[in-house]
Amino acid sequence: MAEAIKLGGKKQGIFKDKVMALLPEGGNLNLCLTCGMCSSGCPATGLEGMDPRKLLRMAALGMDEEILSSDWAWMCTMCQRCIYVCPMKIDIPQLVFNIRNQGKPREERPKGIVGSCDMALRSDTCSAMGATEEDFQFVVEDVLEEYQEAQPEFKDMQAPVNKEGAEFFLNQNSREPVTEPDEMVPLWKILHTVGADWTYGTKGWAAENYCMFMADNENWEHIVRTKAKAVDDLKCRVWLNTE
Amino acid sequence: MNSDWNKDRKIKFTVQDPCQLVRKTFGDPVAEDLRFVVRSVVGEENFIDMTPNRSNNYCCGGGGGFLQSGMPDARRYYGRLKDEQIKKTGAAYCITPCHNCHAQVHDLSEHYEGGYHTLHLWTLICLSLGILGPNEREYLGPDLKDVDVFHPESAM
Ligand code: SF4
Ligand code: SF4
Repeated sequence: MAEAIKLGGKKQGIFKDKVMALLPEGGNLNLCLTCGMCSSGCPATGLEGMDPRKLLRMAALGMDEEILSSDWAWMCTMCQRCIYVCPMKIDIPQLVFNIRNQGKPREERPKGIVGSCDMALRSDTCSAMGATEEDFQFVVEDVLEEYQEAQPEFKDMQAPVNKEGAEFFLNQNSREPVTEPDEMVPLWKILHTVGADWTYGTKGWAAENYCMFMADNENWEHIVRTKAKAVDDLKCRVWLNTE
Repeated sequence: MNSDWNKDRKIKFTVQDPCQLVRKTFGDPVAEDLRFVVRSVVGEENFIDMTPNRSNNYCCGGGGGFLQSGMPDARRYYGRLKDEQIKKTGAAYCITPCHNCHAQVHDLSEHYEGGYHTLHLWTLICLSLGILGPNEREYLGPDLKDVDVFHPESAM
């Protein structure tokens, strides 16, 4: 009778088991059929000699060190296409998220993501580009005034800031107010034309959340809570995030 | 809102289904809504879908923080599938209703020399309504820069 392959060392797949304990149904991480559906439709297949099926096999084999030190977890976008096509609904993106979370120490993670997360934590605007409450309000009011004058058909158009009780609380990616403010205007025009009752908030206006990409659980939750509080404080019914 | 402006021009458009909006959140119904709007503003015959699409779409590679991670080579390698998909449609414009997609698809077109442009949906809606001013056209190509300009005298 053939003997089972014995894997060297005392590796016990500790990391995979930890992740399984965190996920509903263990993320199905033990159910892989090795069919390869995930890898064949994953755009990150081939980067760093890795693909989702291989990552899962390595996790199952307890190759924790190799997985946790690899950069590949930062090249998978957690787009969920693999789990969408997987016959066993195996949650590879959550495995990746937890590798990001428990792999490299903060200072070795991609600098741009760390920096954007840190910047967002500095103020209640949650802006990864560091735009303050005053900056944001100034840009919005300045651009609005300019357009009300230049395009008289829109002289009554509003871009309210901190309007209590508005139906919609609208988030805005930092990129527009900071680098291309004119790009905010078409959206305002559409909202004006359909008669939407909406507002921005000086707090929590920034749409992005890089702490989530960094898998920094405490801080991404902090950012979501800060924004949700801003929506609640203005008593808005619907929170619209354009990100 | 209608597509009269494109009746004779016949400029072709495709659309990127954002993973976050479609696959990860609202599923195929929102992808249908998206197509309903796009078809209404560009004309039925001027919309060309990528394959695969909707919930089965490929991620463009702009998600998950990839744009900020300082790994441009890996990010563009990841995006090659998206670039090929867009090129296969032959569309002059790829509409991207997500900021990360917008930045990534814009970069892919330059890097792989696809020559296609990248648009926010709001730009196109305002164009079709005839209320898109001269300073709101950053991402339009030369073929649309001068079409139905609202208050051209306000150009800066
Ligand atoms: S698609 Fe699912 S079952 Fe198939 S190899 Fe990938 S993870 Fe395993
Ligand atoms: S979530 Fe990651 S592994 Fe899965 S298809 Fe997307 S990039 Fe590939």
